[in-house]
Amino acid sequence: MSDVTIAVLTAGVSDPSSTRLLADRAAQRTADALGASDLSATFLSIDLSTVAVDIAQALVSGMPSRKVTAAIEDLAESDAIIASTPVYKAGISGLFKSFADLLDNDLLIAKPVILAATGGTSRHAMVVDEQLRPLFAFLRAIPMPTSLYAAPEDWGSPDLSDRISRAAGELAIFLRNGTGPQIAEQNWGRHRHQFGGTAAGAPQSVDDVDFSTDLMRLAAGGEREQGT
Amino acid sequence: MQFGIFSVGDVTQDPTTGYTQSEAERIRNIVRIAQRADEVGLDVFAIGEHHNPPFIPSSPTTLLGHIAALTERIILSTSVTLMTTNDPVKVAEDYAMLQHLADGRLDVMLGRGNTVPVYPWFGKDIRQGVALALENYNLLHRLWREDVVDWEGKFRTPLQGFTSTPRPLDDVAPFVWHGSIRTPEIAEQAAYYGNGFFANHILAPNLAFKPLVDLYRKRFEHYGHGTAEQAIVGLGGQAFIARRSQDAVERFRPYFEAFPVFRGARLEDWMTGTPLTVGSPQEVIDKTLTFQEGFGDYRRQLFSVDSMGLPVEVALEQVEILGTEVVPVLRKEMESRRAPGVPEAPTHASLVAAKYGDGEPRQPRPNPNRGDNLSGPSPYQDRDPTVAAQFPAAL
Repeated sequence: MSDVTIAVLTAGVSDPSSTRLLADRAAQRTADALGASDLSATFLSIDLSTVAVDIAQALVSGMPSRKVTAAIEDLAESDAIIASTPVYKAGISGLFKSFADLLDNDLLIAKPVILAATGGTSRHAMVVDEQLRPLFAFLRAIPMPTSLYAAPEDWGSPDLSDRISRAAGELAIFLRNGTGPQIAEQNWGRHRHQFGGTAAGAPQSVDDVDFSTDLMRLAAGGEREQGT
Repeated sequence: MQFGIFSVGDVTQDPTTGYTQSEAERIRNIVRIAQRADEVGLDVFAIGEHHNPPFIPSSPTTLLGHIAALTERIILSTSVTLMTTNDPVKVAEDYAMLQHLADGRLDVMLGRGNTVPVYPWFGKDIRQGVALALENYNLLHRLWREDVVDWEGKFRTPLQGFTSTPRPLDDVAPFVWHGSIRTPEIAEQAAYYGNGFFANHILAPNLAFKPLVDLYRKRFEHYGHGTAEQAIVGLGGQAFIARRSQDAVERFRPYFEAFPVFRGARLEDWMTGTPLTVGSPQEVIDKTLTFQEGFGDYRRQLFSVDSMGLPVEVALEQVEILGTEVVPVLRKEMESRRAPGVPEAPTHASLVAAKYGDGEPRQPRPNPNRGDNLSGPSPYQDRDPTVAAQFPAAL
């Protein structure tokens, strides 16, 4: 049993995929950085190209297939995420966004994330910060300060390796300190949760439900509320 | 155990012929389907409420009132009555009137509605949907049980001395089911009042709604209405039946494949992964029995059999097979498996018996018109004579 679990979420579609390669390198460096402080990591690989049709069907029907459900469960179980997408037409891949659209809003609360993208030209470098970062901010995840972007020329540059090490080091610090779980634990009750949802802490039974909320009091005849 | 059908009342193009029923045809056909359901011995016919094309039932009480006059035994219900955008006062009045005309063959299923523009069309805010449904039902519950209601809430104009007329038949409110598939507050409200809880049980994986049903059961017990097993659970489902299972699959497939939410999906995946049943009568029986296994003893099973553009002849055939071949077997099988102490679903007769025993039901007779209900305990002749109106002294 390793100390931390990290999901490696990639939306590259070719094989081998440079998007996947970028994510794998970040994963390796994260493992190295964690290893330096005697922490072991398990990586769960989520390759969205293998569930593309299922993702589209889940969007249309509202019913996720077993494969999609498994991918979401992997994310829920993870302590951190390395997310990597190709840039198409000046934006993140539609496949990546479609998958994100299937996630419960509370699935990734306070999970640290390395953001990464690959593209055909360095002109798209800001897509990571202008599209991936707000997406994960909306999901209340914690994007690392260093974003990764690789244009074709970057694959020959030691600067890319430096940036990967920097991002991996940042993630390792978050994982060592347990900042994410502390934030999640402290604020969990202040976020809205889906009953029966997929988030690790989502309410699943009567024991998890807070019956003292305004709405629950209203459900129970609203006596206390009307008495005020 | 009650068995029946529920319809959203959609008018959908038949993908095999390209034919779209007119609204007039669809309305007449829904009436025929309800009549057939009554003739073949189904227990319940429920119709939805929608305020946008391609749906026709914007006015379920008008439709059900007509059906009530044409049927003998079947219980009429809704799937669902919108408890968010309707005025609860009008719901109380309309359904009480319908309950009288149907001679008690009426209950109501309440829901929120998920069509976004309907809320602003009726001056409401969908973000307040849950609170609207909860508050509106709290008022409805009182309007059907108290002759004179003083009430103030967040969403509706206050009431002082209001009497909802007519009073419910035999002064027994129509039984209420709360429909929900994801909202624990709705399950809680159903449990608090000891009302029924219904999960539509379609378009979702097998047992997806079990956590919510279980929550309702436990809270039903918590509020002292009976054991969790006795909680009044209802389930939906969708079925397409033919004598031979391969005929069912072959005939249903084009409708499945053309329907928006299923586009690109495999029928077989939905048949195994969701409550959708396509097959022979025996297959529908077997699958429905798995619902009882999965959710525990429940009181009402409704099937959707007339949507997705199916011609009315096919829908009538479905009702026929359901009533003659499927339900009789299910009745016996479910009865034999039902745990002792789990009663039948409430009906008007059972609610009257519970309230009055062998006594005569109350028949409210109003006093002469005095223009308001603000003074005295009740505008009805059987008011408590010891309570007199207190008028302010004249200056």
